[in-house]
Amino acid sequence: MGEQRQATFSVWRGDHQTGKFVDYKTTVSEGMVVLDAIHQIQAESASDLACRWNCKAGKCGSCSAEINGKPRLMCMTRLDILDMTQPVTVEPMRSFPSIRDLVTDVSWNFRVKKRIKPFKPRKPDAEDGTWRMYQADVERVQEFRKCIECFLCQDVCHVLREHHKHDEFAGPRHFVYQAALEMHPLDVEERLGQVKGENAIGYCNITKCCTKVCPEHIAITDNAIIPLKERVNDEFYDPITKLFRIFRARPKAERKD
Amino acid sequence: MSNADFHLPQRGLGSTARRDRWWVQPLTVFCVLSGFIVYATWAALQGKHYFAHANGEHYLSPFYSPLLYGAEHEPYWIAQGVPKWWPSFLPFSPAMLILIGPGLMRFTCYYYRGAYYKAFWADPLSCAVGEPRKGYRGENSFPLIMQNVHRYVFYPAAAFVMVLLYDGYKALWFTDAEGTHFGVGVGSIVLIMNALLLGGYTFGCHCARHQIGGFLNSLAKRPIRSKCYACVNALNKRHMYWAWVSLVWVALTDLYVRLLSMGYITDFRIIF
Ligand code: SF4
Ligand code: SF4
Ligand code: FES
Ligand code: FES
Repeated sequence: MGEQRQATFSVWRGDHQTGKFVDYKTTVSEGMVVLDAIHQIQAESASDLACRWNCKAGKCGSCSAEINGKPRLMCMTRLDILDMTQPVTVEPMRSFPSIRDLVTDVSWNFRVKKRIKPFKPRKPDAEDGTWRMYQADVERVQEFRKCIECFLCQDVCHVLREHHKHDEFAGPRHFVYQAALEMHPLDVEERLGQVKGENAIGYCNITKCCTKVCPEHIAITDNAIIPLKERVNDEFYDPITKLFRIFRARPKAERKD
Repeated sequence: MSNADFHLPQRGLGSTARRDRWWVQPLTVFCVLSGFIVYATWAALQGKHYFAHANGEHYLSPFYSPLLYGAEHEPYWIAQGVPKWWPSFLPFSPAMLILIGPGLMRFTCYYYRGAYYKAFWADPLSCAVGEPRKGYRGENSFPLIMQNVHRYVFYPAAAFVMVLLYDGYKALWFTDAEGTHFGVGVGSIVLIMNALLLGGYTFGCHCARHQIGGFLNSLAKRPIRSKCYACVNALNKRHMYWAWVSLVWVALTDLYVRLLSMGYITDFRIIF
C-alpha cells in the first residue's frame, strides 16, 4: 500500500428538506475511491450514515452522488483526481428528494419509464416467429443499451435540476431509452407524439451537460436527443419534408426499412 | 404527466459546489463570439478593402463572397454598385446580404445554441450551477421553437461553401503583364483552407446527418447512403471543433485580405 494521509470529507446529513454538511476525517491511501472513504467513515465514525451501493464496479448505477459539486458515481471516482488538500464535499443528487443522507428517491424515473410505449416489433419475418436484421442497423442503438440507469444525467439536466419540470419533461435518460426503441430496425410503434408531447423533448436546450456526466460515455445529446428532435421536426414542424413523405406514401414500418 | 410527488428547494444564481473554474468555458465562448460579431459587423460595414488584387492576385474576402453587388473591381455577380431597391437611408455594403446566410446557420446550429444559451443567457450558466430565472420554456414553445428552421438554413450554407471553394480556386491564378498564370501565395492557402474548414463545419451539421441517413432505421441495403452517412457522422463527431476553428479562420481570412488590399502587408508567393 502506498502513502497514507488524513483527508476530510464534508458529507451531507439529513433529507431534502433539512440537513447540513458534516466533516469527517479519515485516512486515505493510494487507489481509493470516494465510496471506499464513505465506507471507512461508516465504520469509524458514523455508523448511521446512509448510502446506496451494490457493485463497486460502475455497473449497477446505485452509488450516484455529487462530489465537489459534480454528479458522479462514488465507486468510480478515484481520490487522486480530487484536490485532497481541501475537504471533499459529498452530497446526494439534487434533482431528486433525498430520503436520508446520500440516498435519493429516484422512483420518479421508474414512473416516467413505465409510461413510455414498449417495444413493438413488426410481424415476424420467418414462419417460426423470428426476425432477420442487419448487424449494421442494430449497431446504432447498442450505444443506448449501455445505460446503467444511474440517473446522473437526470441530476445534472437543468430542466429538472433548476426548473423542476418533473411533471412535464422526461429527461435525458428517457430520451436515450426512447431513441433505442425509435431507431430500432424492428420497432414499428409511433413514438414521436409521445417524445414531443408527454415527454416534451423541446425543453432540452442541448447544453450537453448530460453527455458530460454519463459514466457510460453515451453521446446522449448528439446521438439520442438531437436525432429525436430531428425526427420530431420531420413529423410536426417541417411542412416540406412532410409533403415529400406524403408523395412517397409509405407506411411507417416500411419507411423505416 | 404528473409523476412528481415532491418539491425541491430552489437554488439561486451561481449556486454550486463545483470547485473547478466552471466559469472559464462560458466566459471564453462569450468573449470569442462577441469578438467575432463585433469584427464581422465592422468588416461588413466597411464596404471596401475586401478584394486584394494589386499584385496580380485575386483574393476575395469570404465576408463579401459571392460578390453580388461589387463596387470594388472585377468579380461581381449581378451589378456594380448599390442595388436599386436598397433604401437610401441605410448604409449599403455588399457583405450585408451575404452574412445573413452563414449568420443564420451559426445562430441556429445545434452546437452554438447550447453554447450561447449558457454564455449569453445563463440557461444554465454552466452545468450544475444555479440560474438567474425561475421560468423556463426552452425550445418547447415560441420563440425558440423557431430554431427548428435550422434544417432549411443548411442548404444555402452548403451553397456558400461551394462559392468559397470557387474563390479558393480563383486565388490560385495570378495576373501579370504576360497574362494569367497558375501560382500559390499564402493568400491562396488561406482562402482554400477557409473553404475546407467551413465545409467541415457545414457538412457535419446535425440536420445534414439526419437528412442523409439519420431518419432511416435501416441503411444496410443502401450502400451509397451508408457511406455518406458515415462521412457526415465522422465530421459531426467533431462538430464543435470545426465550428470554432472555421469561425476564427474566416475572420482571419477577411483580415488577411483586408490588410493586403490596404497595403499593410505583402503576400508571400510560394509558387509564382
Ligand atoms: S442537453 Fe438537454 S437533456 Fe441534456 S442536460 Fe442539457 S437540457 Fe438536459
Ligand atoms: S444515460 Fe448515462 S448518465 Fe444517464 S442514466 Fe444512463 S448511464 Fe447514467
Ligand atoms: S456501486 Fe454500482 S455503480 Fe457504483
Ligand atoms: S448543427 Fe451545427 S451547423 Fe447544423
